[in-house]
Amino acid sequence: MKTFGGPALFLDRNDINTDEIIPAKYLTENSKLALKPFILEDLKLPGFDPVRDTQGVGVVVTRSNFGCGSSREHAVWVFEVNDINVVIGESFARIFRQNMFNCGMPAIELGKDDLDALFGLGDKVEISIDIETETLTAKGNKEIACGFSLNSFDKDLVKAGGWLAYADKKY
Amino acid sequence: MGKTITEKIFETHRRDNPSRNNVVLNIDVVMCHEITTPIAVNDLQERGLDRVFDPNKIKVVIDHVTPSKDSKTATQAKILRDWARRQNIKDFFDIGANGVCHALFPEKGFIRPGYTVIMGDSHTCTHGAFGAFAAGIGTTDLEVGIFKGVCSFRLPETMKISIIGELPQGVYAKDVILKIIKELTVNGATDKVMEICGPVVDRMSMEARMTLCNMAIEAGATCGVCMPDRVTAEYLWPFIQDEYESIDAAVEDFKKWHSDADAKYVAELTLDVSDLVPQVTYGFKPDEVKDITELEGSRVDQVYMGSCTNGRIEDLRAGAEILKGKKIAPTVRGILSPATPKIYNQAMEEGLIKIYMDAGFCVTNPTCGACLGMSNGVLAEGEVCASTTNRNFNGRMGKGGMVHLMSPYSAAAAAVKGFITDPRKIV
Repeated sequence: MKTFGGPALFLDRNDINTDEIIPAKYLTENSKLALKPFILEDLKLPGFDPVRDTQGVGVVVTRSNFGCGSSREHAVWVFEVNDINVVIGESFARIFRQNMFNCGMPAIELGKDDLDALFGLGDKVEISIDIETETLTAKGNKEIACGFSLNSFDKDLVKAGGWLAYADKKY
Repeated sequence: MGKTITEKIFETHRRDNPSRNNVVLNIDVVMCHEITTPIAVNDLQERGLDRVFDPNKIKVVIDHVTPSKDSKTATQAKILRDWARRQNIKDFFDIGANGVCHALFPEKGFIRPGYTVIMGDSHTCTHGAFGAFAAGIGTTDLEVGIFKGVCSFRLPETMKISIIGELPQGVYAKDVILKIIKELTVNGATDKVMEICGPVVDRMSMEARMTLCNMAIEAGATCGVCMPDRVTAEYLWPFIQDEYESIDAAVEDFKKWHSDADAKYVAELTLDVSDLVPQVTYGFKPDEVKDITELEGSRVDQVYMGSCTNGRIEDLRAGAEILKGKKIAPTVRGILSPATPKIYNQAMEEGLIKIYMDAGFCVTNPTCGACLGMSNGVLAEGEVCASTTNRNFNGRMGKGGMVHLMSPYSAAAAAVKGFITDPRKIV
Protein backbone atom coordinates (compact mmCIF):
# COMPACT_ATOMS: atom_id res chain seq x y z
CA MET A 1 0.00 0.00 0.00
CA LYS A 2 1.00 3.59 -0.66
CA THR A 3 2.73 5.32 2.23
CA PHE A 4 1.47 8.62 3.56
CA GLY A 5 3.29 11.55 5.10
CA GLY A 6 5.96 14.17 4.48
CA PRO A 7 6.90 17.66 5.61
CA ALA A 8 4.00 19.48 7.28
CA LEU A 9 2.30 22.75 6.41
CA PHE A 10 0.44 24.26 9.37
CA LEU A 11 -2.76 26.20 8.68
CA ASP A 12 -3.81 27.47 12.09
CA ARG A 13 -7.43 28.45 11.60
CA ASN A 14 -10.91 26.90 11.82
CA ASP A 15 -13.38 26.80 8.92
CA ILE A 16 -10.93 27.10 6.02
CA ASN A 17 -13.29 26.84 3.06
CA THR A 18 -12.97 25.39 -0.43
CA ASP A 19 -12.99 28.85 -2.04
CA GLU A 20 -9.81 29.60 -0.06
CA ILE A 21 -8.26 26.28 -1.05
CA ILE A 22 -9.02 26.75 -4.76
CA PRO A 23 -11.04 29.78 -5.95
CA ALA A 24 -14.05 29.14 -8.20
CA LYS A 25 -12.51 30.97 -11.14
CA TYR A 26 -10.10 28.05 -11.62
CA LEU A 27 -12.90 25.50 -11.82
CA THR A 28 -12.95 26.01 -15.58
CA GLU A 29 -9.84 23.85 -15.89
CA ASN A 30 -10.44 20.39 -17.29
CA SER A 31 -7.28 18.81 -15.94
CA LYS A 32 -6.18 18.34 -12.35
CA LEU A 33 -2.60 19.34 -13.10
CA ALA A 34 -3.66 22.78 -14.35
CA LEU A 35 -4.80 23.62 -10.81
CA LYS A 36 -1.29 23.23 -9.38
CA PRO A 37 -0.14 26.90 -9.20
CA PHE A 38 -3.35 28.13 -7.53
CA ILE A 39 -3.18 26.15 -4.30
CA LEU A 40 -4.61 28.04 -1.29
CA GLU A 41 -4.46 31.23 -3.34
CA ASP A 42 -7.18 33.11 -1.44
CA LEU A 43 -6.17 31.94 2.05
CA LYS A 44 -5.09 34.87 4.20
CA LEU A 45 -3.08 33.88 7.28
CA PRO A 46 -0.37 35.95 9.02
CA GLY A 47 2.93 35.46 7.18
CA PHE A 48 1.49 32.81 4.85
CA ASP A 49 2.56 32.82 1.21
CA PRO A 50 0.72 30.07 -0.69
CA VAL A 51 3.32 29.56 -3.43
CA ARG A 52 6.41 29.65 -1.20
CA ASP A 53 4.96 27.75 1.75
CA THR A 54 3.50 24.81 -0.16
CA GLN A 55 6.83 23.82 -1.78
CA GLY A 56 7.86 20.31 -0.81
CA VAL A 57 4.93 19.81 1.55
CA GLY A 58 3.37 16.37 2.01
CA VAL A 59 0.92 16.92 4.86
CA VAL A 60 -1.47 19.73 5.78
CA VAL A 61 -2.20 20.17 9.49
CA THR A 62 -5.15 22.37 10.34
CA ARG A 63 -7.97 22.94 12.84
CA SER A 64 -11.72 22.29 12.70
CA ASN A 65 -14.30 22.17 9.89
CA PHE A 66 -11.61 22.18 7.20
CA GLY A 67 -12.90 22.17 3.62
CA CYS A 68 -16.31 23.64 4.33
CA GLY A 69 -18.32 25.23 1.53
CA SER A 70 -18.60 23.88 -1.96
CA SER A 71 -18.49 20.27 -3.14
CA ARG A 72 -15.56 20.90 -5.49
CA GLU A 73 -13.17 17.96 -5.50
CA HIS A 74 -10.70 20.42 -6.99
CA ALA A 75 -9.88 21.23 -3.34
CA VAL A 76 -8.51 17.70 -2.97
CA TRP A 77 -6.95 17.54 -6.44
CA VAL A 78 -5.02 20.76 -5.90
CA PHE A 79 -3.39 19.05 -2.91
CA GLU A 80 -2.84 15.82 -4.83
CA VAL A 81 -1.05 17.54 -7.74
CA ASN A 82 1.11 19.42 -5.23
CA ASP A 83 2.12 16.05 -3.68
CA ILE A 84 0.13 16.65 -0.48
CA ASN A 85 -1.33 13.25 0.40
CA VAL A 86 -2.78 13.65 3.91
CA VAL A 87 -4.78 16.31 5.71
CA ILE A 88 -4.91 16.26 9.51
CA GLY A 89 -7.41 18.31 11.46
CA GLU A 90 -9.81 18.36 14.38
CA SER A 91 -12.77 17.91 12.02
CA PHE A 92 -13.71 18.16 8.35
CA ALA A 93 -16.67 19.24 6.32
CA ARG A 94 -18.46 16.10 5.14
CA ILE A 95 -18.04 16.49 1.37
CA PHE A 96 -14.34 17.42 1.60
CA ARG A 97 -13.65 14.44 3.87
CA GLN A 98 -15.49 12.09 1.53
CA ASN A 99 -13.65 13.53 -1.47
CA MET A 100 -10.30 12.83 0.22
CA PHE A 101 -11.12 9.16 0.86
CA ASN A 102 -12.74 8.88 -2.58
CA CYS A 103 -9.35 9.88 -4.01
CA GLY A 104 -7.63 7.32 -1.78
CA MET A 105 -6.15 9.97 0.50
CA PRO A 106 -6.66 9.95 4.28
CA ALA A 107 -8.34 12.84 6.12
CA ILE A 108 -7.29 12.18 9.70
CA GLU A 109 -9.14 13.54 12.72
CA LEU A 110 -7.19 14.16 15.92
CA GLY A 111 -8.28 15.43 19.31
CA LYS A 112 -7.43 19.02 20.21
CA ASP A 113 -4.58 18.03 22.57
CA ASP A 114 -2.83 15.91 19.95
CA LEU A 115 -3.27 18.67 17.38
CA ASP A 116 -1.89 21.28 19.78
CA ALA A 117 1.12 19.03 20.27
CA LEU A 118 1.70 18.92 16.50
CA PHE A 119 1.36 22.69 16.26
CA GLY A 120 3.92 22.96 19.06
CA LEU A 121 6.68 21.12 17.18
CA GLY A 122 8.07 24.17 15.41
CA ASP A 123 8.25 25.11 11.73
CA LYS A 124 10.11 22.10 10.37
CA VAL A 125 8.06 19.01 11.05
CA GLU A 126 8.10 15.67 9.27
CA ILE A 127 5.00 13.51 9.69
CA SER A 128 4.54 9.87 8.83
CA ILE A 129 1.28 7.98 8.88
CA ASP A 130 0.77 4.26 9.29
CA ILE A 131 -2.71 3.43 8.04
CA GLU A 132 -2.60 -0.21 9.18
CA THR A 133 -1.68 0.47 12.80
CA GLU A 134 -3.48 3.84 12.83
CA THR A 135 -0.51 5.69 14.25
CA LEU A 136 1.06 9.01 13.44
CA THR A 137 4.66 9.97 14.12
CA ALA A 138 5.87 13.56 13.94
CA LYS A 139 9.45 14.77 14.15
CA GLY A 140 10.10 18.45 14.84
CA ASN A 141 11.89 20.05 17.77
CA LYS A 142 11.08 16.69 19.40
CA GLU A 143 9.45 13.46 18.32
CA ILE A 144 5.88 12.57 19.22
CA ALA A 145 3.53 9.76 18.27
CA CYS A 146 -0.19 9.39 18.63
CA GLY A 147 -2.97 7.11 17.49
CA PHE A 148 -5.98 7.92 15.37
CA SER A 149 -8.95 5.94 14.23
CA LEU A 150 -10.27 5.38 10.75
CA ASN A 151 -13.67 4.04 9.86
CA SER A 152 -13.13 0.59 8.28
CA PHE A 153 -14.82 1.64 5.01
CA ASP A 154 -12.65 4.75 4.74
CA LYS A 155 -9.62 2.54 5.28
CA ASP A 156 -10.84 0.22 2.52
CA LEU A 157 -11.13 3.20 0.18
CA VAL A 158 -7.54 4.23 0.93
CA LYS A 159 -6.35 0.66 0.32
CA ALA A 160 -8.34 0.39 -2.92
CA GLY A 161 -6.89 3.67 -4.15
CA GLY A 162 -10.29 5.38 -4.10
CA TRP A 163 -14.04 4.94 -4.49
CA LEU A 164 -14.13 4.36 -8.25
CA ALA A 165 -11.79 1.37 -8.04
CA TYR A 166 -13.72 0.05 -5.02
CA ALA A 167 -17.17 0.52 -6.57
CA ASP A 168 -16.17 -0.80 -9.99
CA LYS A 169 -15.21 -4.10 -8.41
CA LYS A 170 -18.11 -4.38 -6.02
CA TYR A 171 -21.27 -2.96 -7.63
CA MET B 1 -38.89 2.79 17.81
CA GLY B 2 -39.99 5.29 15.16
CA LYS B 3 -37.94 6.37 12.19
CA THR B 4 -37.09 9.71 10.67
CA ILE B 5 -37.84 10.44 7.01
CA THR B 6 -34.14 10.02 6.26
CA GLU B 7 -33.99 6.62 7.97
CA LYS B 8 -36.99 5.53 5.90
CA ILE B 9 -35.35 6.68 2.67
CA PHE B 10 -32.07 4.98 3.61
CA GLU B 11 -33.91 1.76 4.39
CA THR B 12 -35.72 1.65 1.04
CA HIS B 13 -32.62 2.55 -0.98
CA ARG B 14 -29.95 0.50 0.78
CA ARG B 15 -27.67 -1.34 -1.63
CA ASP B 16 -24.91 -2.32 0.73
CA ASN B 17 -23.43 -1.77 4.17
CA PRO B 18 -19.68 -1.63 3.57
CA SER B 19 -19.21 -1.02 7.31
CA ARG B 20 -21.38 -0.60 10.37
CA ASN B 21 -21.56 3.18 9.89
CA ASN B 22 -21.64 3.39 6.11
CA VAL B 23 -24.42 2.75 3.66
CA VAL B 24 -24.29 2.54 -0.10
CA LEU B 25 -27.57 3.84 -1.51
CA ASN B 26 -29.26 3.30 -4.86
CA ILE B 27 -29.72 6.73 -6.40
CA ASP B 28 -32.94 7.87 -8.09
CA VAL B 29 -31.62 11.06 -9.69
CA VAL B 30 -28.04 11.97 -10.60
CA MET B 31 -27.84 15.62 -11.64
CA CYS B 32 -24.92 17.07 -13.57
CA HIS B 33 -23.61 20.51 -14.48
CA GLU B 34 -20.67 21.68 -16.53
CA ILE B 35 -18.27 22.58 -13.71
CA THR B 36 -17.95 19.31 -11.80
CA THR B 37 -19.03 16.76 -14.43
CA PRO B 38 -16.53 17.07 -17.35
CA ILE B 39 -13.58 15.72 -15.35
CA ALA B 40 -15.70 12.69 -14.38
CA VAL B 41 -16.74 12.17 -18.01
CA ASN B 42 -13.15 12.45 -19.23
CA ASP B 43 -11.95 10.06 -16.56
CA LEU B 44 -14.58 7.44 -17.45
CA GLN B 45 -13.58 7.76 -21.09
CA GLU B 46 -9.89 7.36 -20.30
CA ARG B 47 -10.65 4.24 -18.28
CA GLY B 48 -12.73 2.80 -21.13
CA LEU B 49 -15.85 2.98 -18.94
CA ASP B 50 -17.81 5.58 -20.89
CA ARG B 51 -21.26 4.33 -19.89
CA VAL B 52 -24.17 5.53 -17.73
CA PHE B 53 -26.21 3.37 -15.37
CA ASP B 54 -29.55 4.73 -16.65
CA PRO B 55 -29.89 7.71 -19.02
CA ASN B 56 -33.41 8.42 -17.71
CA LYS B 57 -32.15 8.96 -14.19
CA ILE B 58 -29.47 11.44 -15.21
CA LYS B 59 -30.42 15.13 -15.56
CA VAL B 60 -27.98 17.53 -17.14
CA VAL B 61 -27.76 21.30 -17.34
CA ILE B 62 -25.23 23.91 -18.37
CA ASP B 63 -25.79 26.62 -15.79
CA HIS B 64 -22.68 27.93 -14.07
CA VAL B 65 -21.21 29.94 -16.93
CA THR B 66 -23.73 30.31 -19.71
CA PRO B 67 -23.46 31.50 -22.42
CA SER B 68 -19.80 30.47 -22.17
CA LYS B 69 -17.47 33.40 -21.40
CA ASP B 70 -14.23 32.04 -22.88
CA SER B 71 -12.68 28.99 -24.54
CA LYS B 72 -12.27 27.09 -21.30
CA THR B 73 -15.91 27.40 -20.26
CA ALA B 74 -16.97 26.69 -23.85
CA THR B 75 -14.93 23.47 -23.67
CA GLN B 76 -16.61 22.46 -20.41
CA ALA B 77 -20.02 23.05 -21.97
CA LYS B 78 -19.02 21.07 -25.05
CA ILE B 79 -17.79 18.08 -23.05
CA LEU B 80 -21.11 17.98 -21.20
CA ARG B 81 -23.21 18.51 -24.35
CA ASP B 82 -21.36 15.85 -26.36
CA TRP B 83 -21.61 13.40 -23.49
CA ALA B 84 -25.35 13.96 -22.97
CA ARG B 85 -25.96 13.32 -26.70
CA ARG B 86 -23.66 10.31 -26.79
CA GLN B 87 -25.40 8.74 -23.78
CA ASN B 88 -28.94 9.54 -24.98
CA ILE B 89 -29.71 11.64 -21.93
CA LYS B 90 -32.96 13.28 -22.94
CA ASP B 91 -33.21 15.62 -19.96
CA PHE B 92 -30.41 17.91 -21.06
CA PHE B 93 -30.85 21.68 -20.82
CA ASP B 94 -28.74 23.98 -22.92
CA ILE B 95 -28.94 27.66 -23.90
CA GLY B 96 -32.53 28.78 -24.33
CA ALA B 97 -33.81 26.15 -21.92
CA ASN B 98 -31.19 26.24 -19.19
CA GLY B 99 -31.39 27.68 -15.71
CA VAL B 100 -29.84 27.36 -12.26
CA CYS B 101 -29.89 23.62 -11.55
CA HIS B 102 -31.60 23.72 -8.15
CA ALA B 103 -34.37 25.93 -9.50
CA LEU B 104 -34.71 24.19 -12.88
CA PHE B 105 -34.83 20.52 -11.87
CA PRO B 106 -37.62 20.89 -9.28
CA GLU B 107 -39.62 22.91 -11.80
CA LYS B 108 -39.36 19.99 -14.25
CA GLY B 109 -40.82 17.62 -11.66
CA PHE B 110 -37.66 15.53 -11.37
CA ILE B 111 -37.66 15.42 -7.58
CA ARG B 112 -40.24 13.39 -5.64
CA PRO B 113 -40.77 12.58 -1.98
CA GLY B 114 -38.64 9.67 -0.85
CA TYR B 115 -36.09 10.04 -3.65
CA THR B 116 -32.33 9.87 -3.30
CA VAL B 117 -30.65 12.68 -5.24
CA ILE B 118 -26.98 13.52 -5.75
CA MET B 119 -25.13 16.20 -7.67
CA GLY B 120 -21.60 17.53 -7.77
CA ASP B 121 -22.83 20.71 -6.18
CA SER B 122 -23.09 21.49 -2.49
CA HIS B 123 -26.50 23.18 -2.75
CA THR B 124 -28.12 19.91 -3.83
CA CYS B 125 -29.57 19.90 -0.30
CA THR B 126 -32.21 22.26 -1.78
CA HIS B 127 -34.21 19.28 -3.04
CA GLY B 128 -34.82 18.05 0.49
CA ALA B 129 -37.69 20.55 0.38
CA PHE B 130 -39.65 17.82 -1.45
CA GLY B 131 -39.07 15.22 1.26
CA ALA B 132 -36.12 13.71 -0.60
CA PHE B 133 -32.63 12.82 0.60
CA ALA B 134 -30.54 15.13 -1.56
CA ALA B 135 -26.84 15.64 -1.03
CA GLY B 136 -23.97 17.49 -2.61
CA ILE B 137 -21.04 15.27 -3.50
CA GLY B 138 -17.64 15.52 -5.17
CA THR B 139 -16.67 14.51 -8.68
CA THR B 140 -15.58 10.95 -7.80
CA ASP B 141 -18.94 10.28 -6.13
CA LEU B 142 -20.59 11.78 -9.19
CA GLU B 143 -18.52 9.59 -11.48
CA VAL B 144 -19.54 6.44 -9.60
CA GLY B 145 -23.13 7.73 -9.53
CA ILE B 146 -23.17 8.16 -13.31
CA PHE B 147 -21.53 4.81 -13.87
CA LYS B 148 -23.13 2.62 -11.22
CA GLY B 149 -26.12 4.52 -9.81
CA VAL B 150 -24.88 4.25 -6.22
CA CYS B 151 -23.35 6.56 -3.62
CA SER B 152 -21.94 5.96 -0.15
CA PHE B 153 -22.91 7.92 2.94
CA ARG B 154 -22.23 7.67 6.63
CA LEU B 155 -25.48 7.06 8.45
CA PRO B 156 -26.57 10.61 9.21
CA GLU B 157 -28.19 11.64 12.46
CA THR B 158 -31.12 14.01 12.27
CA MET B 159 -31.59 17.39 13.95
CA LYS B 160 -35.16 18.58 14.25
CA ILE B 161 -35.65 22.29 13.75
CA SER B 162 -39.16 23.52 14.48
CA ILE B 163 -40.19 26.95 13.27
CA ILE B 164 -43.10 28.34 15.22
CA GLY B 165 -44.96 31.63 15.50
CA GLU B 166 -45.94 33.92 12.67
CA LEU B 167 -43.51 35.40 10.14
CA PRO B 168 -43.77 39.20 10.37
CA GLN B 169 -44.21 41.39 7.29
CA GLY B 170 -40.92 41.87 5.45
CA VAL B 171 -39.35 38.74 6.92
CA TYR B 172 -38.82 35.73 4.67
CA ALA B 173 -37.51 32.17 4.53
CA LYS B 174 -34.01 33.60 3.88
CA ASP B 175 -34.10 35.48 7.17
CA VAL B 176 -35.23 32.30 8.95
CA ILE B 177 -32.42 30.15 7.53
CA LEU B 178 -29.78 32.81 8.22
CA LYS B 179 -31.00 32.90 11.83
CA ILE B 180 -30.82 29.09 12.03
CA ILE B 181 -27.25 29.07 10.67
CA LYS B 182 -26.29 31.74 13.19
CA GLU B 183 -27.65 29.51 15.98
CA LEU B 184 -26.03 26.31 14.71
CA THR B 185 -22.74 27.81 13.38
CA VAL B 186 -21.06 26.74 10.13
CA ASN B 187 -20.36 23.20 11.35
CA GLY B 188 -23.19 22.76 13.82
CA ALA B 189 -24.96 20.30 11.54
CA THR B 190 -21.96 18.48 10.00
CA ASP B 191 -22.82 14.84 9.17
CA LYS B 192 -26.43 15.55 10.11
CA VAL B 193 -29.70 16.02 8.32
CA MET B 194 -31.63 19.15 9.26
CA GLU B 195 -35.31 18.30 9.40
CA ILE B 196 -37.02 21.69 9.13
CA CYS B 197 -40.62 21.58 10.23
CA GLY B 198 -43.32 23.28 12.28
CA PRO B 199 -46.36 25.42 11.52
CA VAL B 200 -44.40 28.18 9.78
CA VAL B 201 -42.86 25.66 7.35
CA ASP B 202 -46.25 23.98 6.83
CA ARG B 203 -47.61 27.32 5.61
CA MET B 204 -44.64 27.98 3.33
CA SER B 205 -44.64 27.52 -0.44
CA MET B 206 -42.26 25.07 -2.10
CA GLU B 207 -40.18 28.06 -3.19
CA ALA B 208 -39.71 29.20 0.42
CA ARG B 209 -38.98 25.64 1.58
CA MET B 210 -36.32 25.36 -1.11
CA THR B 211 -34.71 28.55 0.23
CA LEU B 212 -34.61 26.97 3.72
CA CYS B 213 -33.16 23.64 2.59
CA ASN B 214 -30.76 25.30 0.13
CA MET B 215 -28.65 26.76 2.92
CA ALA B 216 -28.57 23.66 5.15
CA ILE B 217 -25.05 23.03 3.80
CA GLU B 218 -23.96 26.40 5.23
CA ALA B 219 -24.42 24.85 8.69
CA GLY B 220 -22.49 21.81 7.44
CA ALA B 221 -25.59 19.60 7.02
CA THR B 222 -25.67 16.67 4.62
CA CYS B 223 -29.21 17.59 3.64
CA GLY B 224 -32.14 19.74 4.71
CA VAL B 225 -35.53 18.10 4.58
CA CYS B 226 -39.20 19.13 4.87
CA MET B 227 -42.16 16.78 5.20
CA PRO B 228 -43.96 16.27 1.87
CA ASP B 229 -47.54 17.48 2.20
CA ARG B 230 -50.38 19.11 0.24
CA VAL B 231 -48.15 22.01 -0.81
CA THR B 232 -45.67 19.46 -2.24
CA ALA B 233 -48.44 17.50 -3.95
CA GLU B 234 -49.95 20.62 -5.53
CA TYR B 235 -46.54 21.74 -6.81
CA LEU B 236 -45.87 18.30 -8.29
CA TRP B 237 -49.42 17.67 -9.54
CA PRO B 238 -48.74 18.25 -13.26
CA PHE B 239 -46.07 15.54 -13.08
CA ILE B 240 -47.83 13.00 -10.87
CA GLN B 241 -51.43 13.21 -12.02
CA ASP B 242 -51.14 9.91 -13.86
CA GLU B 243 -49.88 8.19 -10.72
CA TYR B 244 -52.59 9.31 -8.32
CA GLU B 245 -56.37 9.56 -8.49
CA SER B 246 -56.40 12.92 -6.78
CA ILE B 247 -54.20 15.37 -4.94
CA ASP B 248 -55.70 13.97 -1.73
CA ALA B 249 -54.44 10.51 -2.68
CA ALA B 250 -50.94 11.89 -3.29
CA VAL B 251 -50.97 13.72 0.04
CA GLU B 252 -52.01 10.48 1.76
CA ASP B 253 -49.29 8.48 0.00
CA PHE B 254 -46.59 11.03 0.84
CA LYS B 255 -47.31 10.45 4.53
CA LYS B 256 -45.48 7.14 4.35
CA TRP B 257 -42.27 9.15 4.29
CA HIS B 258 -43.08 11.36 7.27
CA SER B 259 -40.90 11.02 10.33
CA ASP B 260 -42.68 9.00 13.01
CA ALA B 261 -43.81 10.79 16.16
CA ASP B 262 -41.37 8.70 18.20
CA ALA B 263 -38.43 9.07 15.81
CA LYS B 264 -35.08 9.72 17.45
CA TYR B 265 -33.31 13.05 16.97
CA VAL B 266 -29.77 13.93 17.95
CA ALA B 267 -30.84 17.49 18.77
CA GLU B 268 -33.95 19.62 18.66
CA LEU B 269 -34.18 23.35 18.17
CA THR B 270 -37.30 25.48 18.27
CA LEU B 271 -37.28 28.93 16.76
CA ASP B 272 -40.15 31.37 17.30
CA VAL B 273 -39.99 33.78 14.37
CA SER B 274 -42.76 36.12 15.51
CA ASP B 275 -40.25 38.79 16.49
CA LEU B 276 -37.63 38.02 13.86
CA VAL B 277 -36.30 41.03 11.97
CA PRO B 278 -34.60 40.83 8.55
CA GLN B 279 -31.18 39.14 8.86
CA VAL B 280 -27.92 39.93 7.10
CA THR B 281 -24.39 38.52 7.17
CA TYR B 282 -21.52 40.82 8.10
CA GLY B 283 -18.33 38.75 7.82
CA PHE B 284 -16.87 36.03 5.63
CA LYS B 285 -18.79 33.10 7.11
CA PRO B 286 -22.50 32.38 6.69
CA ASP B 287 -22.97 32.13 10.48
CA GLU B 288 -21.78 35.71 10.97
CA VAL B 289 -25.31 37.07 10.97
CA LYS B 290 -26.86 40.15 12.55
CA ASP B 291 -30.22 41.91 12.61
CA ILE B 292 -30.26 44.22 9.61
CA THR B 293 -30.75 47.19 11.91
CA GLU B 294 -27.22 46.64 13.23
CA LEU B 295 -25.74 47.19 9.76
CA GLU B 296 -27.87 50.19 8.85
CA GLY B 297 -25.95 52.55 6.55
CA SER B 298 -23.31 50.04 5.43
CA ARG B 299 -22.34 50.91 1.82
CA VAL B 300 -22.99 48.58 -1.12
CA ASP B 301 -21.68 48.90 -4.69
CA GLN B 302 -23.68 46.11 -6.27
CA VAL B 303 -26.97 44.36 -5.58
CA TYR B 304 -27.35 40.85 -6.93
CA MET B 305 -30.73 39.14 -7.08
CA GLY B 306 -30.81 35.54 -8.22
CA SER B 307 -29.25 32.10 -7.56
CA CYS B 308 -30.52 28.74 -6.35
CA THR B 309 -31.30 30.35 -3.01
CA ASN B 310 -33.43 33.30 -4.07
CA GLY B 311 -33.91 33.52 -7.85
CA ARG B 312 -37.46 32.14 -7.91
CA ILE B 313 -40.68 33.95 -8.78
CA GLU B 314 -41.65 34.76 -5.19
CA ASP B 315 -38.20 36.26 -4.65
CA LEU B 316 -38.57 38.44 -7.73
CA ARG B 317 -42.00 39.56 -6.50
CA ALA B 318 -40.61 40.45 -3.06
CA GLY B 319 -37.87 42.59 -4.60
CA ALA B 320 -40.32 44.23 -7.00
CA GLU B 321 -42.57 45.21 -4.10
CA ILE B 322 -39.75 47.48 -2.90
CA LEU B 323 -38.56 48.61 -6.34
CA LYS B 324 -41.92 49.47 -7.88
CA GLY B 325 -41.89 53.10 -8.98
CA LYS B 326 -38.41 53.68 -7.52
CA LYS B 327 -34.92 54.12 -8.92
CA ILE B 328 -31.87 52.41 -7.51
CA ALA B 329 -29.18 54.65 -6.04
CA PRO B 330 -26.80 56.07 -8.67
CA THR B 331 -23.84 54.50 -6.87
CA VAL B 332 -25.29 51.00 -7.14
CA ARG B 333 -25.22 48.44 -9.95
CA GLY B 334 -28.33 46.28 -9.83
CA ILE B 335 -28.24 42.81 -11.42
CA LEU B 336 -31.19 40.43 -11.62
CA SER B 337 -30.81 36.88 -12.87
CA PRO B 338 -34.17 35.05 -12.85
CA ALA B 339 -33.19 31.46 -12.04
CA THR B 340 -34.95 29.73 -14.95
CA PRO B 341 -36.56 30.62 -18.30
CA LYS B 342 -39.98 29.78 -16.82
CA ILE B 343 -39.41 32.21 -13.95
CA TYR B 344 -38.12 34.82 -16.41
CA ASN B 345 -41.25 34.45 -18.55
CA GLN B 346 -43.56 34.56 -15.60
CA ALA B 347 -41.79 37.67 -14.31
CA MET B 348 -42.31 39.30 -17.70
CA GLU B 349 -45.99 38.41 -17.74
CA GLU B 350 -46.43 39.79 -14.23
CA GLY B 351 -44.66 43.02 -15.18
CA LEU B 352 -41.83 42.38 -12.72
CA ILE B 353 -39.04 42.60 -15.31
CA LYS B 354 -40.26 46.07 -16.26
CA ILE B 355 -40.22 47.14 -12.62
CA TYR B 356 -36.61 45.98 -12.27
CA MET B 357 -35.54 47.59 -15.54
CA ASP B 358 -37.34 50.86 -14.81
CA ALA B 359 -35.58 50.93 -11.45
CA GLY B 360 -32.23 50.65 -13.24
CA PHE B 361 -31.47 46.94 -12.92
CA CYS B 362 -29.68 44.96 -15.59
CA VAL B 363 -31.60 41.72 -16.18
CA THR B 364 -29.37 38.83 -17.25
CA ASN B 365 -30.19 35.33 -18.45
CA PRO B 366 -30.58 32.55 -15.88
CA THR B 367 -27.12 31.47 -14.65
CA CYS B 368 -25.13 30.81 -11.47
CA GLY B 369 -22.43 33.22 -12.74
CA ALA B 370 -21.96 35.99 -10.22
CA CYS B 371 -22.82 33.98 -7.10
CA LEU B 372 -19.46 32.24 -7.24
CA GLY B 373 -17.54 35.01 -8.97
CA MET B 374 -17.38 33.31 -12.35
CA SER B 375 -19.26 35.67 -14.66
CA ASN B 376 -22.11 38.19 -15.02
CA GLY B 377 -21.32 40.42 -12.05
CA VAL B 378 -17.88 39.72 -10.57
CA LEU B 379 -16.75 42.23 -7.91
CA ALA B 380 -13.57 44.31 -7.98
CA GLU B 381 -11.20 44.48 -5.02
CA GLY B 382 -12.77 46.44 -2.16
CA GLU B 383 -16.29 46.31 -3.57
CA VAL B 384 -19.31 45.28 -1.54
CA CYS B 385 -22.36 43.37 -2.79
CA ALA B 386 -25.77 42.97 -1.18
CA SER B 387 -26.68 39.54 -2.47
CA THR B 388 -29.56 37.08 -2.30
CA THR B 389 -27.11 34.18 -2.72
CA ASN B 390 -25.82 31.69 -0.18
CA ARG B 391 -22.10 32.24 0.49
CA ASN B 392 -20.19 35.24 1.78
CA PHE B 393 -16.73 33.64 1.77
CA ASN B 394 -13.82 36.01 1.30
CA GLY B 395 -13.46 36.57 -2.43
CA ARG B 396 -16.51 34.46 -3.29
CA MET B 397 -17.94 36.94 -5.82
CA GLY B 398 -14.51 38.25 -6.87
CA LYS B 399 -11.08 38.53 -5.28
CA GLY B 400 -11.05 41.18 -2.54
CA GLY B 401 -14.83 41.62 -2.74
CA MET B 402 -17.22 41.42 0.19
CA VAL B 403 -20.71 39.90 0.21
CA HIS B 404 -23.64 40.57 2.54
CA LEU B 405 -26.23 37.81 2.28
CA MET B 406 -29.84 38.83 2.73
CA SER B 407 -33.36 38.31 1.43
CA PRO B 408 -34.51 39.72 -1.93
CA TYR B 409 -36.69 42.17 -0.02
CA SER B 410 -33.68 43.50 1.93
CA ALA B 411 -31.43 43.48 -1.16
CA ALA B 412 -33.94 45.58 -3.12
CA ALA B 413 -34.00 48.08 -0.25
CA ALA B 414 -30.19 48.26 -0.32
CA ALA B 415 -30.36 48.93 -4.07
CA VAL B 416 -32.71 51.85 -3.58
CA LYS B 417 -30.67 53.43 -0.79
CA GLY B 418 -27.13 52.51 -1.82
CA PHE B 419 -26.55 51.10 1.63
CA ILE B 420 -27.93 48.36 3.87
CA THR B 421 -31.17 49.46 5.43
CA ASP B 422 -34.23 48.01 7.10
CA PRO B 423 -36.51 47.17 4.15
CA ARG B 424 -39.60 47.54 6.31
CA LYS B 425 -38.96 51.29 6.37
CA ILE B 426 -38.97 51.61 2.57
CA VAL B 427 -42.43 50.51 1.47
